[in-house]
Amino acid sequence: MTHLDITRRSFIVTTAAAGGGLMIGVAMSGPAHAAAGMKPNPWERPSDKAGQEINAWIVVDPDGTTTIRVGQSEMGQGVFTAMPMLVAEELHVDWKMVKVEYADGNRHVRNNNLYQRMSTGGSGAVRNSRVFLQQAGASARERLREAAAQAWSVPRDQVVAKDSVLTAGNRRGTFAEFATRASQVQLAQEPAIKQSGQFQLLGTTLARLDTPLKVNGTATFGADVKLPGMVHAAVKVVPVRGGKLKSFNFDAIKGRPGVIGAYALKPVDTHPLQTRVDEGVAVVADTYYRALTALNLLPIEWDLGPDVAQTTTAYKAKMAEALKQPGAVGRNDGDTIAAMKTAAKVVEATYYTGYDGHACMEPLNCTVHIAADRVDVWGGFQNPPGALAVVADHLGRQPVDVYTHTTFLGGGFGLRARNHEVRQAAEIARQVGNRPVKMMWTREEDTRHVRGRPAGMSYLRMGLDASGMPIAFYGRYAGHSAAAQNNPTSVANGLDLGSMNGIRDHRYKIAHNLMEGHIRNTNLHTQAYRAPGYEHNLWHFEQFIDEVALAGGKDPLQLRIDLTKDLPDWQMVLNTLKQKSGYRRDLPRGEGMGVAIGESFGSIIGMVAKVTVSRRGQLTIDKFDVVVDCGNLVTPAIVAHQMQSCVVWGVTDAVYRELTIDKGAIVEGNFDTYPLMKINQMPVVETHFALTGGNKWGGIGEPGCPPAAAALGNAVFAATGKRVRDRLINQTDLRWA
Amino acid sequence: MALSLTVNGRNYTVDVEPETPLLWVLRDNMGLTGTKYGCGIARCGTCTVHIDGQVARSCATQAAAAVGKRITTIEGLSPTSTHPVQVAWTELDVPQCGYCQSGQIMAAAALLAKRPRPTDADIDTEMELNLCRCGTYQGIRAAIHRAAAIAGGAR
Repeated sequence: MTHLDITRRSFIVTTAAAGGGLMIGVAMSGPAHAAAGMKPNPWERPSDKAGQEINAWIVVDPDGTTTIRVGQSEMGQGVFTAMPMLVAEELHVDWKMVKVEYADGNRHVRNNNLYQRMSTGGSGAVRNSRVFLQQAGASARERLREAAAQAWSVPRDQVVAKDSVLTAGNRRGTFAEFATRASQVQLAQEPAIKQSGQFQLLGTTLARLDTPLKVNGTATFGADVKLPGMVHAAVKVVPVRGGKLKSFNFDAIKGRPGVIGAYALKPVDTHPLQTRVDEGVAVVADTYYRALTALNLLPIEWDLGPDVAQTTTAYKAKMAEALKQPGAVGRNDGDTIAAMKTAAKVVEATYYTGYDGHACMEPLNCTVHIAADRVDVWGGFQNPPGALAVVADHLGRQPVDVYTHTTFLGGGFGLRARNHEVRQAAEIARQVGNRPVKMMWTREEDTRHVRGRPAGMSYLRMGLDASGMPIAFYGRYAGHSAAAQNNPTSVANGLDLGSMNGIRDHRYKIAHNLMEGHIRNTNLHTQAYRAPGYEHNLWHFEQFIDEVALAGGKDPLQLRIDLTKDLPDWQMVLNTLKQKSGYRRDLPRGEGMGVAIGESFGSIIGMVAKVTVSRRGQLTIDKFDVVVDCGNLVTPAIVAHQMQSCVVWGVTDAVYRELTIDKGAIVEGNFDTYPLMKINQMPVVETHFALTGGNKWGGIGEPGCPPAAAALGNAVFAATGKRVRDRLINQTDLRWA
Repeated sequence: MALSLTVNGRNYTVDVEPETPLLWVLRDNMGLTGTKYGCGIARCGTCTVHIDGQVARSCATQAAAAVGKRITTIEGLSPTSTHPVQVAWTELDVPQCGYCQSGQIMAAAALLAKRPRPTDADIDTEMELNLCRCGTYQGIRAAIHRAAAIAGGAR
């Protein structure tokens, strides 16, 4: 079987029907499309014609071209296709006429949050925008129908809207003909939106509108912004976070070709920590390479600060020490302490996950142009209004005078959510003066100064009854708290519930649960990282559940089914997983299958990993079967692609890489020391759907990441008998005899 | 100093230090930003171009070393974006964020020029240095096989 066959098979949509039967449908990508659905600069209007705006989301041109505005940021997860589908489902527009552009961040701020949700994160694009996007489409459709009804003197309910055409009897008109009148229609009552089961467009696979721009190099990422008179900034911040810039000697580089200036970057303590500028230096030149070369030659003196002796080992020891003490209580149901004493058997284990970085393929960057009456900002923003607010705050401008231009994002994953790089770019531009400045980080800066995933350690204990069933769970967590740095008031009582996500909120039916947490921050700065909390905690908890199952003499998949009998959607996912994966435990030594499941961001995702480990300990990851319950689908191919993406994410972090600290600084720098998974390490990923429908609309960008690592860990154990509780898998001796 | 370079069949004269990596000459001096910066040490493949038909990592190629050679970037792969690799990539909707895809496509095009019907092992060997953080590898593999079929006359 070739990989092509497998990929085609992965597009098979398996929907578990009521009564347990299975309906199989096949959805394939459409044919290659000639033109992209947007401009290479996605913040620009995709059409050159003067169109009629029906509402803030929808513009109809005289030729029928219909622009749908997108409030979420495109970082690969497909919002430039999924968001307009939600509008088009209701608008009854001809999909071939749909073009897209980003909603305007400035207009959003000027008009009282007009576009409602312009921050992209929490796997929330569909589930948190769906209702108002459907409403925008439905409202426009009804106004078009009403405009035609009035013109033709017929009741609105006799006017049919389909594929951008309005008809009533033998009367016919296009959306374009009625767009102006529709924009003036007042409806007595807004129309109801369609519900699950009534959709025609949603649930089908359409070609992504952004693909054509991404196969010929024209898509504009932040790094690609080009402006007249633009200069380039390279930056270096103090190697040890918490240190300070003492001095630098600009004279040493000022004669170099193209060099314009070198500028000190100093934090202002009244700025919020989450966007505060790190101590450092920027060198500005006419090209990026000249700026970077000069920066590397610039003599800089640092005061490395109080944390110059810190190491990963020391930070880990602090977490281990904390686990010896009770912590702030994050969950307490039943009487765990008493129940644990009645247990026939107790299983305990300690798991650890270190720091990791987003490693977006596009290093952080931002372009700022300060003029007398306005400030323009270009970049891959996950939160354009946030970027606007940071710039306005930093430069003392009115928010309405700041204009954001959101580019394509060369990866986001939470890194581009808080706009700390935007304040840094604004500070450089402030010092440079009235010309556009494009600031870009090197790969090494991007790795060593990433605000990435917090490290954490879990001590887990389960009491089992005489039959091997869990009766009491006691967990303690000690780890770095991103919330303590970015939103300190939320953890004022010393309790960061989010840092315990994936353990604290497990769904298994266990009578007694006690979960405690300790915050142990270090000198690194952390923030949102694809599936925060869940991504590493499920590695801990779902491997631990395997340990519990085996200690109690149970099949790990069957135990999960038995512990979720009251949860019909979990039952559907687990039973589909059992059927599709052919999960079994009687494989020859050196081969293994591992299961894991988690619920986050509104979706339940179960996975079975299949691995082969040679006697010499060489790991091959053969396959992942993935079962998804996100309730309803917007477009299945994008979901399948996100599941592949999530598997790669989870496996990369568990197997290949981790950030370590020595002398207070991150040791790893570029891809030679901080690798990503490669194509020759990629398992086959097959995605199956077990959709529970109804009003459930789960997220898809993140929830596949957490179970991937745990399923892999369980498969490695099944193959070798070796349990990896402390990453990385490829640094663990997996030899077996 | 002035260097004369031939990119996508066009001659450019640029004023750069001769050791400047070709990547930055393409991006900052010529405005050809389809070729991306990812690592600067030839370890990620986002900067992949063709020099005289061979794969080259432009971040680790000095501009002076490319003088007199035929340089092709993603912008010059096909005037109509219809190289079989681009058609296959579009059919299968391979890109996610898209940042690495120029390099992936240039590497795949060079592979197919060398091996019109590549095996999975060929793909593993030739594409190993092109990283993708979004994890589009399964799509890339399928699209390379599809591109080979298109180039061989399949519809």
